[in-house]
Amino acid sequence: MNRRFFLKSGTVALASIGMSLSAPAFLERVALGNALTGGKRKTLIAIFQRGAVDGLNMVVPFGESNYYSVRPSIAIPKPDAGNAESAINLDGFFGLHPSMSAFKPLWDSKRLAIVHASGSPDNTRSHFDAQDYMESATPGVKSTHDGWLNRYLQNKEDADRSLFRAVALAKTMPRVLQGQAPALAMTSLAEFTIRAGKSSENLQGGFEAIYARKVNDPLTDMGRETFEAVNYLKQVNPGQYKPENGAQYPGNPFGNSLLQIAQLIKAGVGLEIAFTDIGGWDTHTNQGNSRGQLANLLQQFSSGIAALYQDLGQRMDDVIVLTMSEFGRTVRENGNRGTDHGHANAMFVMGNSVRGGKVYGRWPGLGNDQLYEGRDLTLTTDFRDVFGEIATCHLGSKDAKSIFPGYSLSASNFKGFLG
Amino acid sequence: MKKLTAIILIFLATSQSIISGAKVKKLTEEQRIVHVLNRLGFGVRPGDVERVKALGLENYINQQLNPEKISDTVAENKIRDLSVLNMTTAELYEKYPQPGQLLRQLQARGMLPADLAEARENRVKGGANAAPGEMPKNDSMNGPESKNTQTVTPANPLEDPKYRQMIEKYYRENGLQRPQRIVAELQASRILRAVYSERQLQEVMVDFWTNHFNVFAGKGADRWLLPTYDRDTIRPFAMSKFSTLLEATAKSPAMLFYLDNFQSVSPDSGRANPLRPQQQRRGINENYARELMELHTLGVDGGYTQKDVQEVARCFTGWTIFQPRGGAAAANAMMGRDGNGRRDPGTFFFNARVHDDGEKIVLGHKIPAGGGMKDGQMVLDILAHHPSTAKFIATKLVRHFVADNPPPALVDRVAATFTKTDGDIRETLKTIFFSNEFNSTDAYRVKIKRPFELVISAIRTLGADTNGGPGTHQWIARMGEPLYGFQTPNGYSDTAESWVNTGGLLERMNFGLALASNRIPGTSVNLSKLSNEQSKVMDEYLKVLLAGDISPATREALLKQLDKSDPVTKVVGLILGTPEFQRQ
Repeated sequence: MNRRFFLKSGTVALASIGMSLSAPAFLERVALGNALTGGKRKTLIAIFQRGAVDGLNMVVPFGESNYYSVRPSIAIPKPDAGNAESAINLDGFFGLHPSMSAFKPLWDSKRLAIVHASGSPDNTRSHFDAQDYMESATPGVKSTHDGWLNRYLQNKEDADRSLFRAVALAKTMPRVLQGQAPALAMTSLAEFTIRAGKSSENLQGGFEAIYARKVNDPLTDMGRETFEAVNYLKQVNPGQYKPENGAQYPGNPFGNSLLQIAQLIKAGVGLEIAFTDIGGWDTHTNQGNSRGQLANLLQQFSSGIAALYQDLGQRMDDVIVLTMSEFGRTVRENGNRGTDHGHANAMFVMGNSVRGGKVYGRWPGLGNDQLYEGRDLTLTTDFRDVFGEIATCHLGSKDAKSIFPGYSLSASNFKGFLG
Repeated sequence: MKKLTAIILIFLATSQSIISGAKVKKLTEEQRIVHVLNRLGFGVRPGDVERVKALGLENYINQQLNPEKISDTVAENKIRDLSVLNMTTAELYEKYPQPGQLLRQLQARGMLPADLAEARENRVKGGANAAPGEMPKNDSMNGPESKNTQTVTPANPLEDPKYRQMIEKYYRENGLQRPQRIVAELQASRILRAVYSERQLQEVMVDFWTNHFNVFAGKGADRWLLPTYDRDTIRPFAMSKFSTLLEATAKSPAMLFYLDNFQSVSPDSGRANPLRPQQQRRGINENYARELMELHTLGVDGGYTQKDVQEVARCFTGWTIFQPRGGAAAANAMMGRDGNGRRDPGTFFFNARVHDDGEKIVLGHKIPAGGGMKDGQMVLDILAHHPSTAKFIATKLVRHFVADNPPPALVDRVAATFTKTDGDIRETLKTIFFSNEFNSTDAYRVKIKRPFELVISAIRTLGADTNGGPGTHQWIARMGEPLYGFQTPNGYSDTAESWVNTGGLLERMNFGLALASNRIPGTSVNLSKLSNEQSKVMDEYLKVLLAGDISPATREALLKQLDKSDPVTKVVGLILGTPEFQRQ
């Protein structure tokens, strides 16, 4: 049962701590929650690279000689100070794709960790199934009704009952956030209102009056809280947002989504889980090497996240950015200078609390006999161990095991990127 | 309580119109009519109440239970131009091919026009990626068309517009259409039929079973397979025997593809497909077997084990689809050639060579070795007649038609009818419609409308006109219920808490405003003033939209909103967004 559906707002006694009565009830709860726990709310920003990014050209194992023999036209050259198109050296063995230079400062300041050879143990190479498994976090089981981030929300009571606890910047609710716990999906904050041109304000007033009544009706209560949220967002004025610290978001949908996530975090509305995605990674043909279609996408991807990081500044103490993609791509390039559907991949974890500057996970090697099913990067880290570590060590879940049914989650398998 | 149930049962046996007795509060005659029009249909059109009153409510219900006898010319005319509805899957593959797949096949046959070949080449050279789902690829595991193009892969920001224009030109010149059009037309047909059909209960049941046997249009080939699913699988059997409907879904290419059974093969069958010997064998796939029991028949606590799932999966090996992704239908048709003539692409067939022909035990029943296709049919028979299935289907039906928390006594009676009548859906529904529980004030206007129901009921009550096009469907999707857009096999929830959330509620209000002010493309509403006095206008529309069922508080709040600015549009928009109008 959806707890929120049966609980009514306004039951928290706020007078005792002298909260302003004009603030929306849910914000008072958030503020109260922060005051009582003496801490700030932790936030996870999860980013899905849909279409299966080529992890081997994103985080390049330039120390593997076989990498160069099986990718004659698409390999990223070894780091070379004189060559701007060579890999960006990370640790003498791995390097970043040269179009991801925006990540280098984060790596150098040890705020960016990489988990390589990670992903889902299921061997499906269907985008649909693999995305489904990664979002439900039950590889091989399709009947799981909810996503793992929603199960996290279900399992950890939110005393504040923030209306913005979980927000997906997406047209429809992504699988990962579907489930009993309330979550919001929207394409833009500006759309989260009554939209009727010139009459909007007048009509919103009408609806507010209709839903203002305190009757024993969950629908009416929900309406009232909705307008609290709408009005608060208006105050925040999403249209007039100015990023801080000189951050410049790329002017594309992905950049816009990240910018709005930053807005929500700064607005203090109790955002705990944010989700967005970026597509186009399915590079079967003419993938390119240091330049080309993958390079362009990686540039958008990394510059967007770096801008978010810069914009949030000190707030990144309480925020973690996690990236994922449904599976990796074939180790060998194909006949069309592209790559096909593979297996293990690389994930990024970023934040001020991350023990970064390190590539985590056992590296399985790229020798022909080391490949999974003779063609793909072998998996050495189950993605649930990465999710589990973040749920436990960052979000403070007391019961992360139940977020991952059918899997024996154990802290001993955590990679340690959160200490 | 038991005693009461017994009394009701006796009562039921002796009379069909049993709206008396027991402790439940009765509805007035007018309320009963409104209730039936809301639950057995998608809302009250102007004049409906009078029509039903003249006909007699019981007659109306019996009529609705026999849709084949209801003339339905208005709805049929409305959907006449939706050509995908009458096409076979093979024709859909010919006329609505996936661009990437078609181009590759044309190239393989040396038929790719030079300008198109060049645009295709430049598309990738220019650093653009293909649109989702259009990328040629070599992966043997999945055809390119197995990718998901709807919600799973967001549009690529780098798609080359020139390439797209070339494709569009080529399609135009050759009388082809983009595959997205298939689902758009199918969605339009569902909207149009729900709005205009006289066979309202039939449409409600199509909606119910489509959701019960959910298939996601975004999974691979399913978009090409859905028109036949609606036309030949769900629609004809929506009010027949449950076992007939169940078998139809089990053999439907749409379901076989969606739940992967089409590629489930016995691991012992070796290289069974001589046409594609290089194809990697994937072995048994348990998806369909599991969902068949958990979601289609027994229910999750229906008493099956993992072992049963495995055994059922063995029984269904070889239930598959001929050329599930259409083969080279489009390229062949363009060359004036038939496929190989043996079978139509995208149709069901039983492939005995990949069937596991050993003995199986399913729910304690022995299924002898050597049964071939009979194995699956025996499983369906066992499941359709299992008491857990009767209970599970009864519960879902009562939840849909009566209340989110189905009254257990009614569920028992409905399940008893289901069992007694060999799963006759009409008889099962009758038990619900003529029950005290259905006809009680406790059931009146308590169900939250799902977005599809909300949109259709708003259009119907206002007597609006619609073409069922994307303008309408996008609102249904925005509120969270895109038709054929539910990814997982459990289908959309039928209880309030899934639909009462901040984002969804806001969109419901916005929808009401958009409809009332004629801002939905393809849908028009003609709001007459009805009176010169504003409060009378409001009361008239409260009558039209809600049969006057409005709480005094809401009415008072509405009254205060009346001002000089276009009062009709405003008041109708607001009424559509009231808590009252969200319920049926």
